[in-house]
Formats: sequence, structure tokens, C-alpha cells
Amino acid sequence: MRFYRLFLIVLALAAAAPQATLTAMQPPAQSEFVPVEDIPPGEQIPAFTMVGAAYGFVWVVLLGYVWSIARRLQKVESEITVLESRSK
Amino acid sequence: MKRLNPLLIGLSAIMLGVAPWIINAAPYESTMGLVQKIFYFHFPSAILFLVAALICGVASAIFLFGKKASADGWAIAAAELGLVFGSLTLVTGPLWARKAWGVWWVWDPRLTSSLLLWMIFSAYLLLRKYGGPGSDKLGAGMALFGMANVPFIYVSVNVWRTLHPQTSVVPTLPTDMGIPLWFCFAAFTMLFVALLNLRARLEHQRARVEALYLAEDEA
Repeated sequence: MRFYRLFLIVLALAAAAPQATLTAMQPPAQSEFVPVEDIPPGEQIPAFTMVGAAYGFVWVVLLGYVWSIARRLQKVESEITVLESRSK
Repeated sequence: MKRLNPLLIGLSAIMLGVAPWIINAAPYESTMGLVQKIFYFHFPSAILFLVAALICGVASAIFLFGKKASADGWAIAAAELGLVFGSLTLVTGPLWARKAWGVWWVWDPRLTSSLLLWMIFSAYLLLRKYGGPGSDKLGAGMALFGMANVPFIYVSVNVWRTLHPQTSVVPTLPTDMGIPLWFCFAAFTMLFVALLNLRARLEHQRARVEALYLAEDEA
């Protein structure tokens, strides 16, 4: 019985160890943004690609969605016009 | 309302067109540099993603318990917008994270619960499209689970240890970072309101088409 208890404790510690290491390695979450005037030079090009991709994606998705709603609405409203004229 | 929607869409398009210049004028963040500027589009998308889940949940509750059929149209509209704004959040976030954290994705509570909410919206819309009879009530129940996820997503960064910036970032933002943020937030919100109105109108018109077909069959 004691052996099983010891085995379970060792098993629980072994399972928790990688998680504890990961948590210890993780830097604390940022609690505020501090503004500075200049960007570090080594960062400029790759960051610009990411920012451009993010803004481009937002623009494409939003424009596409507006177009999709307008098209679907136009289709349904023309169907209503046909049905209403048929029922008269 | 019919005239208000194009006005809101036009105004938000102009504002989103001007936004890059306003964002460019904002200062860089000390540790993240240029890539932090994704925040000005990421934050409004993320907040409206949560707002969509709340609207979808409330409308579904009204449909389920108040027996108001028109509320279901608002729930579908909010779910679709939730999927759109959720996609914007879940794509702009990893683009920011890759530069700021060195990884595209981490399975922390904020990111995982946001992905879960996005999957709930996807499942909801698939159910409504292909679920057949009874899927409206089943979907409404699912939307309530989606809404229950919202407070968890919001507080997750303050309760658990995570790489994601905390909720204290926005209230403590300096004015020169706050102006572009609230400018973009206003543009996104106007677009969200207009799209929600239009999408709900589409759903109500679809119900009208069904009613007209039924009347034609009976005649």
C-alpha cells in the first residue's frame, strides 16, 4: 500500500515537473505600454511585413464581407419583388 | 435605418482609410517597436468579437425563452459577424505574436478560449445552414454557451499567467496611443453596427421569402 502511495506521488511530481519548468521560463505578462520615439533598426523590415499583412488582411476581409452581404441582400430583395408581383 | 447603414459604412471606410496615417503618427512601443501597431486593428476586432457573442447569446435567449422569432435573425447576424471579427482577431494576433513573442501561437487561456469561441460560432453557423428542422433551438442553446465563454476570455489574462498583454494596458494607454486606438475603435464599431443591421435584414427578408412561398403553395 505504501509502495503504491509513493509511486503515485512520484508519478504526480513527474507529470507536474515540465509544466512547472515552462511556467518558470515564461516572462511575466505586460501590464502597460511605454511609448518611445525611435524604433530599433534591426526590427524595421520584418515588423513592417507583419503590420502590412495584418492591415491588408483586415481590409480584404471587411471589404469582401460588405460585398457579400450586399450581393445576398440584393438577391433576396429581387426574389421578394418577383414573388409579390406574382401574388397580385 | 435604411439610409443610416450606407452612411455608417461610408464613414467607417473613410476613417479606416485615414487610420494608417493616424496610427503612423503614434509613438512606438518600447519593447515591441513597429509591430505593436497591429494593436490598433487587433483590439477593436477582439472587442467586437466578444460583443457579437453577447448579442448572439442575448438574442438566442429571447428567441428560446421569449418565443420571439425575429430575435433568431439577430442571433444569426451576430454569429456571422462574430466569425468575421473573430477571424480578424485570430489572424492579426499571431502576426503580432510572431514578432513580439517569437512564436505564432501559444496555448494560453486567452488564445485558447478565443479559438474555442470562434469554433462555437463556426459550429453554430454550420448547424443553422445544414442542421435542418429544429436546428434553430439547438443553435440558440449553443449560442448561450458561446456567451458564457465571454467573461472567461476577458478576465483570463488577469487570472492566469500568460504572454498576452493584460486588460490594464488600454486604461493606462498614453494619450498619443489612445487617440489612434479609439479612432479605429469608432470606425470598427460603426461598421459593425451597419453590418449587423444589414445581416439581420437579410435574415428577416429570407423569412419573408419563405412565407411568400408558403402562401403561394396554399393558394
